[in-house]
Amino acid sequence: MMNPLLEVKELRTYFYTRWGTVKAVDGVSFHVNERETFGLVGESGCGKSITCLSILRLVSQPAGRIVGGEVLLQGEDLVKKSEREMRKIRGSKISMILQDPMTSLNPVFTVGAQVTEGIRIHQGLKGKSLWERARNMLEMLHVPSPEIRLRNWPHQLSGGMRQRIVGAIALSCEPRLLIADEPTTALDATIQLQYLRLLRELQEKTGLSMIFITHNFGVVARMCRRAAVMYAGKIVETAEVRELFNRPSHPYTEALMRSVPKAEEKVEKLMSIEGQVPPLHNLPPGCIFAPRCSYVKDKCRVDYPPTAEINKEHTVSCWNFC
Amino acid sequence: MLKGWLKWKSKLKRYPVIPGTVVGIFIFLALFGELLAPHPPNEMSLTKKFIPPVWQGGGSIAYPLGTDMLGRDMLSRIMAGARISFFVAILSILLGGLVGTGLGIISGYYGGTWDVLLMRTADATLAFPIILLAMLLAIVLGPSLQNVVVSLGLVLWARYARIIRGEVLSVKERDFVALARVAGSSNVRIMFRHIFPNIRSTLLVLLTLQVGWVIIVEASLSFLGAGIPGPQPVWGSMISKGREYITTAWWIPFFPGLAVALVCLCFNMLGDWLREVLDPKLRQVGGGG
Amino acid sequence: MQRYIIVRIFQSVITLFILSVVIFVLVRVGGDPALLMLPESGTKEDYQTIKKQMGLDKPIHVQYGIFISDAVRGDFGRSVRTRRPVMDSIKEALPNSIKLVVTSMVIALVLSIPLGVMAAVKKDTYLDTFARGVAGLGQSLPTFWVGLMMIQFFVVYLKVLPASGMSSWKHYLMPAFCLGIFMMAGITRLLRSTMLEVLDSEFIRMARIKGVSERGVVWKHALRNSLLPVVSFGGVYIAIMVTGAILVESVFAWPGFGRLAYSAIVRQDFPLIQGVILTAGAVVMVANIITDILYAYLDPRIRIQS
Repeated sequence: MMNPLLEVKELRTYFYTRWGTVKAVDGVSFHVNERETFGLVGESGCGKSITCLSILRLVSQPAGRIVGGEVLLQGEDLVKKSEREMRKIRGSKISMILQDPMTSLNPVFTVGAQVTEGIRIHQGLKGKSLWERARNMLEMLHVPSPEIRLRNWPHQLSGGMRQRIVGAIALSCEPRLLIADEPTTALDATIQLQYLRLLRELQEKTGLSMIFITHNFGVVARMCRRAAVMYAGKIVETAEVRELFNRPSHPYTEALMRSVPKAEEKVEKLMSIEGQVPPLHNLPPGCIFAPRCSYVKDKCRVDYPPTAEINKEHTVSCWNFC
Repeated sequence: MLKGWLKWKSKLKRYPVIPGTVVGIFIFLALFGELLAPHPPNEMSLTKKFIPPVWQGGGSIAYPLGTDMLGRDMLSRIMAGARISFFVAILSILLGGLVGTGLGIISGYYGGTWDVLLMRTADATLAFPIILLAMLLAIVLGPSLQNVVVSLGLVLWARYARIIRGEVLSVKERDFVALARVAGSSNVRIMFRHIFPNIRSTLLVLLTLQVGWVIIVEASLSFLGAGIPGPQPVWGSMISKGREYITTAWWIPFFPGLAVALVCLCFNMLGDWLREVLDPKLRQVGGGG
Repeated sequence: MQRYIIVRIFQSVITLFILSVVIFVLVRVGGDPALLMLPESGTKEDYQTIKKQMGLDKPIHVQYGIFISDAVRGDFGRSVRTRRPVMDSIKEALPNSIKLVVTSMVIALVLSIPLGVMAAVKKDTYLDTFARGVAGLGQSLPTFWVGLMMIQFFVVYLKVLPASGMSSWKHYLMPAFCLGIFMMAGITRLLRSTMLEVLDSEFIRMARIKGVSERGVVWKHALRNSLLPVVSFGGVYIAIMVTGAILVESVFAWPGFGRLAYSAIVRQDFPLIQGVILTAGAVVMVANIITDILYAYLDPRIRIQS
């Protein structure tokens, strides 16, 4: 359980625009162990999706570029790999599910064509065995009448069904790591839970690791063992999920937790965090959260705090803990 | 807000200076060309026939682009010809544009059977090679400025109607329209005060992109003999009349055609820039047809 | 799908009827056709004869009825000038035009599809600027003028191509190219902007995530989607082609339908005019229906409605 499958070290992805350099991912470090679900939490625009796209080296060039850091998958640095090598890894060693099932599937190809494509590319199967495998994948995702579904077109299927197809595609080549980018946000509330349970089940069956990108703490609580909180391109706190909920250390984490009312609580006023996320091409010096922080000290406005260890598995980047 | 202004400024910086200048010259010539021409455009001369352009042997600076088969100065004729092209374009676009926009707004706003009927008619119009109809009109009723303008207007209205209708449909669903309705505004009032301002930019882009196309169609009609009759210089007719001399006096059909191409190109470039500035979503607009 | 086809055919028939009425009226509105066809030396008796011959002495709605019933059977009467049945002249000329138009469309597509795709893929590079420049130019040049200049250059100056006629593939080159310029330009632009949009889609991102090669992403996943709007514009381009054909055939002396139409109108040969315009209308309608069906077939969202 303690072997890191994926290690991200000081990853930096910048976008060069005419308004300046956008530091979308600025020195992000975390690791994901085998058979583990790791959460990446934060508000929209904090860089969680770009981090994962950087892992897959799918950042849109030439504007966006990985400018520094390492991404070690089982010891091999993905940042240094050639495009050809990456293509062998994408879909087979690392896979990804996107947020909106309505747009994730190509409307002019059948479900079967899209499911078999990855298998054909990575595992070289042909003919009967190819379609057998596709069927099995759909069955694994609990898709009813898989033979019929394979012949369907995406527009004939509901959102929930499509997300299962997407899941089947993602898992068809037995990846070691699955990145799920808000996979249930666009689904109906009633099927969200179903889908999460399905992912859980598949993880136990296949032993894969998952990175869960979300802004929803409920999902984090349900699915993840460990999680990292991101803000404006940096990770501010990493911990085991229970720790994170019981003892949020970073002021941002604490503020986030407070702003989400718990069901049993009687809430007089919905708390929100004062201020706004700074523009990523014009970040303030020092700690990026300083302008909105309730615990801010002078030092915070000058230097960015180093990462401190509160205990094993719990790290924080805040001057209050150094 | 600042971001919006910066974006606008950068778009403005990419203003296509050369096409804009050419268009300006064209409009200027359309209005004053005849007065500024070095020679009277219709002045014939038996002795000065077929003079080549100034850079060829036998050319003369007095007639920089040469003279035609009746001894008339090419440059002057081209300058004067701008007027016809311009006015035909303006008039037919006004006609087609007004009718088309009006019908498009009504169609999009009221919907229902009128909408279906109107759009079917528009589709049928677009799908038919109007040049046949235009030619027929010209021959049957006699070629004249009015007939050309009417024929062109008959084609153009359909394009406007369809695009405007599309825009109206999307604007109609927006909240401020619903609010106006709740506040008791009459339909006509809503159409003028709320819907129209929002489709203005689409209209402007469409208008600019149409000019080039209209000029070419008018030139084509004139080339086929179904356009504006002489003796005033008309670019299309100049090309068709000069056709038989192409081997001996290539400049006679060449320069009028060049003028058409140049003006059309510059209007298109201007229109493209306008589209980028005002509304990049309008990719369907433009491309003649 | 079948219902769709039937509806479209029905609509086209109605449009054709409307067209026939328009033609019928137009031809008679310019003045008494019998009078126009009377030679200089004609007498009153000649006038009456012509009138009777053409059925112009009957009441107007009867005339129309005869006109329509004959037209449906393909009988447009005889050309005033050549005395041949109108249908024969049309049957002779139409295939020539179709050959030209088809060649032209093929050339246009073969050139524009790669150009449009590459312009999108290599956005903002020299290739992109070049493609957009060429496309912009192509939509601004008057077809007939280009034709004339091409003749001047290739036939007279370089002496490599024949000036007119239809006998060899060389004869097709200039007219087909000329005719296709506008369409080529339009499709290049359309494809470019469609590809740019499509390449930004989530499902394209998914394809990359799957490990599909960039070539597969562009030419299989993206193009297949981008071609749909191109097909849907097919109907518009067909009308443009017919218009262009009239001009091109005139310039290159191509013995086609366009030239027939032109001479019919210029010579005020009314039976021929009627036949030509109705045929043109029918051809365009058919082409449009085919295009619509093709589009409905290619887009599974329309082909199969759940």
